[in-house]
Amino acid sequence: MYFDSLAAALQMDGHGAFVWSAYFITIGVVALMVYAPRRREQRFLRQLEGQIRRSEGGNPPGASKEV
Amino acid sequence: MWTLFHKFGSPPWLYRLSGSILRWLLPITLLALIGGSVWGLLFTAPDFRQGNSYRIIYIHVPSAVVALAGYYVMAIAGAVSLIWRMKMADVAMRACAPIGAALTFVALVTGSIWGKPTWGTWWVWDARITSMLILLFLYLGVVALYEAYENKALAAKACAILSLVGTVNIPIIYKSVDWWYSLHQPASIKFTGGSTIDPSMLYPLLFMITAFYCLFTCALLLNMRVEILQREQRTAWVKALANKGAAG
Repeated sequence: MYFDSLAAALQMDGHGAFVWSAYFITIGVVALMVYAPRRREQRFLRQLEGQIRRSEGGNPPGASKEV
Repeated sequence: MWTLFHKFGSPPWLYRLSGSILRWLLPITLLALIGGSVWGLLFTAPDFRQGNSYRIIYIHVPSAVVALAGYYVMAIAGAVSLIWRMKMADVAMRACAPIGAALTFVALVTGSIWGKPTWGTWWVWDARITSMLILLFLYLGVVALYEAYENKALAAKACAILSLVGTVNIPIIYKSVDWWYSLHQPASIKFTGGSTIDPSMLYPLLFMITAFYCLFTCALLLNMRVEILQREQRTAWVKALANKGAAG
């Protein structure tokens, strides 16, 4: 490792705040890029499953459509 | 060749293929991003002029490079969608836009943070930075344009045209540092002629660029999967998948 201690790695001779904040922002965006579509996919499949169940439950086979 | 082309046009085939690719590519990508960041942050020497602030290069350059390449992917997908009316190309074009916007955002923000200790300012309206901002607006424009249309076939056509027209911005971004006076440094990595970066800094940078390309591929496939499901929701295979998910 280039730095002697953890404190030196965090400080980076006064540039630590810039470097670490840039990396943390990037981590946030990357996490969102991966997590958001996976969550949307799972939510969509759950919603669709609910719709299918409701439509099957609402119209049982042989039920009369007339009121 | 044509068989493969037709296979790519099949939503269930593409959905299954993306699932099996993501199963191994996503963990490898995340490990590569962590490994590359640790390499660049802790195991390289500081730059003799910029000191430690230069370590932002390992996220700034890869995000910018892949944001630019991603625009070509989006434009090519748009062209395929326009010419051959291939639905999956339209799906790919739409999936590219938010990823490209996110990567351009990262490039701009990390560049701005790097600019403060290096140039003494967060932002300058110079050619490279302004053309990157235009790239962000182009990506966001495609996202917004698609949402603005009720008729999705028309939306795809409009987005494809916008993507193709926007490609004029990409060579401007590449050459902006040569054509105009700019605070932004010229390219350090050159395919023709020697690179102006030491190998000890170059290798982690190339590693991170590769990791960002993998990230783009993963995010593209993840977004395409959602888009495919939404478009194919009335088909039997998607309904079966929803039922299977509920049963599991």
